Amino acid sequence: MRQLRIPVTRIEGHGLITVHLGEDGRVREARFHVTEVRGFERFCLGRTLWEMPALTARICGICPVSHLLCSAKACDAILAVRIPRPAEKLRRLMNLGQIVQSHALSFFHLSSPDLLLGWDADPKVRNVFGVVAFDRKLALDGIRLRAFGQEIIEILGGKRIHPAWAVPGGVNNPLSEEGRDRIAAKLPEALRIAQDALSFYEEHMASWAEEIEHFGKFPSLFMSLVGPDGSWEHYGGRIRFVDAKRRIVADGLDPSRYQEYIGEAVETWSYLKFPYYKPLGYPEGMYRVGPLARLNCCERFGTKLADEALLRFRAVAEGKAVTASFHYHYARLIEILGALEKIQELLSDPEILSRRVRAEAGINELEGVGVHEAPRGTLFHHYWVDETGVIQRVNLIVSTGHNNLAMNRTVAQIAEHWLNGREITEGLLNRLEGGIRAYDPCLSCSVHAVGEMPLKVVLYGPDGEVIAERTRGI
Amino acid sequence: MISLTIDGIRVQAEEGETILEAAKKAGIRIPTLCYLEGLSPRGACRICLVEVRNWGGRLVPSCATPVQEGMEVVANSPRLRELRRTILEMIFVERNHICAFCVSNGHCELQDLAMELGMDHVRFPYRWPLLPLDLSHEKYGIDHNRCVLCGRCVRACAEVEGAMTWGFSGRGIFTLVEADLGDPWGKSKTCTGCGKCVQACPTGALFEKGKATSEQVKKPEIIMEVTERRPRA
Repeated sequence: MRQLRIPVTRIEGHGLITVHLGEDGRVREARFHVTEVRGFERFCLGRTLWEMPALTARICGICPVSHLLCSAKACDAILAVRIPRPAEKLRRLMNLGQIVQSHALSFFHLSSPDLLLGWDADPKVRNVFGVVAFDRKLALDGIRLRAFGQEIIEILGGKRIHPAWAVPGGVNNPLSEEGRDRIAAKLPEALRIAQDALSFYEEHMASWAEEIEHFGKFPSLFMSLVGPDGSWEHYGGRIRFVDAKRRIVADGLDPSRYQEYIGEAVETWSYLKFPYYKPLGYPEGMYRVGPLARLNCCERFGTKLADEALLRFRAVAEGKAVTASFHYHYARLIEILGALEKIQELLSDPEILSRRVRAEAGINELEGVGVHEAPRGTLFHHYWVDETGVIQRVNLIVSTGHNNLAMNRTVAQIAEHWLNGREITEGLLNRLEGGIRAYDPCLSCSVHAVGEMPLKVVLYGPDGEVIAERTRGI
Repeated sequence: MISLTIDGIRVQAEEGETILEAAKKAGIRIPTLCYLEGLSPRGACRICLVEVRNWGGRLVPSCATPVQEGMEVVANSPRLRELRRTILEMIFVERNHICAFCVSNGHCELQDLAMELGMDHVRFPYRWPLLPLDLSHEKYGIDHNRCVLCGRCVRACAEVEGAMTWGFSGRGIFTLVEADLGDPWGKSKTCTGCGKCVQACPTGALFEKGKATSEQVKKPEIIMEVTERRPRA
């Protein structure tokens, strides 16, 4: 058997792709390895419950807010409190800001070089600087949109990265009138950028037809939170699974009982676990999470512009689930638009300025689960404490992890389509990376690991000998 | 009155005053950690070391050394700066001082000292000891990972509250501040729950329960206020 190894860049963390070839030169297996380990679940032990939001926020510098909010929810469950309504609205506002900034980073900074300059473009220009040279407006738009999301986080939490703002029982600082007005003033430009980006994507979709067809297009389940009426949800709600035909497989699942329907398999070749839907077993219970899954699972967005876009998105798969992972990009852009509309709604709610933002309580439960939708997908924080609130056990299921099986499948599909012979061509390398990038994986989060994300591809022959190896960014 | 010089400046001080007090009156800054106005000096941390030139360059803790006639004190010099920084680094490596998620982040005397003394990195290996955390008290918690053994809590409890709940157990770097005879704090029969120890603590080692990261603001000045208001015999 031959094997091909490919390093991946422009994603968050470290990764490695290996492609194994059979005697006939055809792809036998392809794997996406996550090669880092960190151990947050271990070193949270013995700490106090009240430190957990800020402590787990340190898992990631891109999406600290996701961990902060999810952790605060797990802590709320242990305090057994319903946080004040304004606090929930403020947390929602911050999460929407996070979704906007993270999606903007993924689309404009990380993925637009591929989409704009093409998969075979010289890697020297196929980066964010190449985008600036090629389409200055798009590049600047991306920077502004991300800055807008970041500013929401800063206005609420006091700083852009690692704000320790969400606390067990609510948040520790209300929103000022001045802060609200600052966000509101920048909203029209953000909405304009989101609409332009969406139009750009829809106009160019036809030119990416081959990639759309082969970047992880396969039937699978999709999982996300949905609201009580089946609408798009990012903070509360219950878990829904739909299949490739968009038929509801399971609905109204209690997020805190995730262990009843999500299993986690382990493979020796990756530090990232492989979650699966228990009733279907491993690996048949593969499901995807994140923007694509959220749009496939929900019935409506609940805002005007995003719902119009959602209809066009549905049309891509004739009303069934959109199963092409390439369209994670599409879903991401629609989510940016919808998130901005929801931000607008929240800002016009007078309660958003309320100073009742925190419920005080002691330890009332010994176990608590926090679940919410991070930009990359459903995030679970599960804590066990002793009677005094000292952490005894922690389980984190991070968004990127849910997509692990699907990312592996995607890599195999791309290798099958674009690999010919024994050589790792630039086009193959780029597409393998691009396929992974569509999921916007955050490997630092997924293994709670640290670092930038170079990727390495190694091609192994039938007897395990290394035929070709290419490394980028390590 | 006693005359001495501190950093070349002529200073007048009362009999029995310490070098630190004399320096303070003269507007000369000497960094401190275990010293707290209102409590007896202890000289435990050595951050306030000064050099007495006419004692052959001897290093003494300024918080616990009374002034003497004709003393030539150096309070700030490259040598002292280096010594203080080294002492501070040793305090940091001794336990687990991780600011990022600490309740006192942003309001911590140890953190402030690190900035004041320019401790941009630590040159000794960290010990990373495994130390317990006690949340058994109804209102407060103690995290030994963040304790610098300054003894301010011990003195505040004994000298101001008069409860004598806190004491030291063990020796050297293995010393722990303990309530009563090593019972969980919540089980203490002597603790009045007044919280003076928490307010006196310079780091996040003692804290009010329910405070999340960065939320614990201490009021060490209340120790001085309480003792000043107290009628003298």
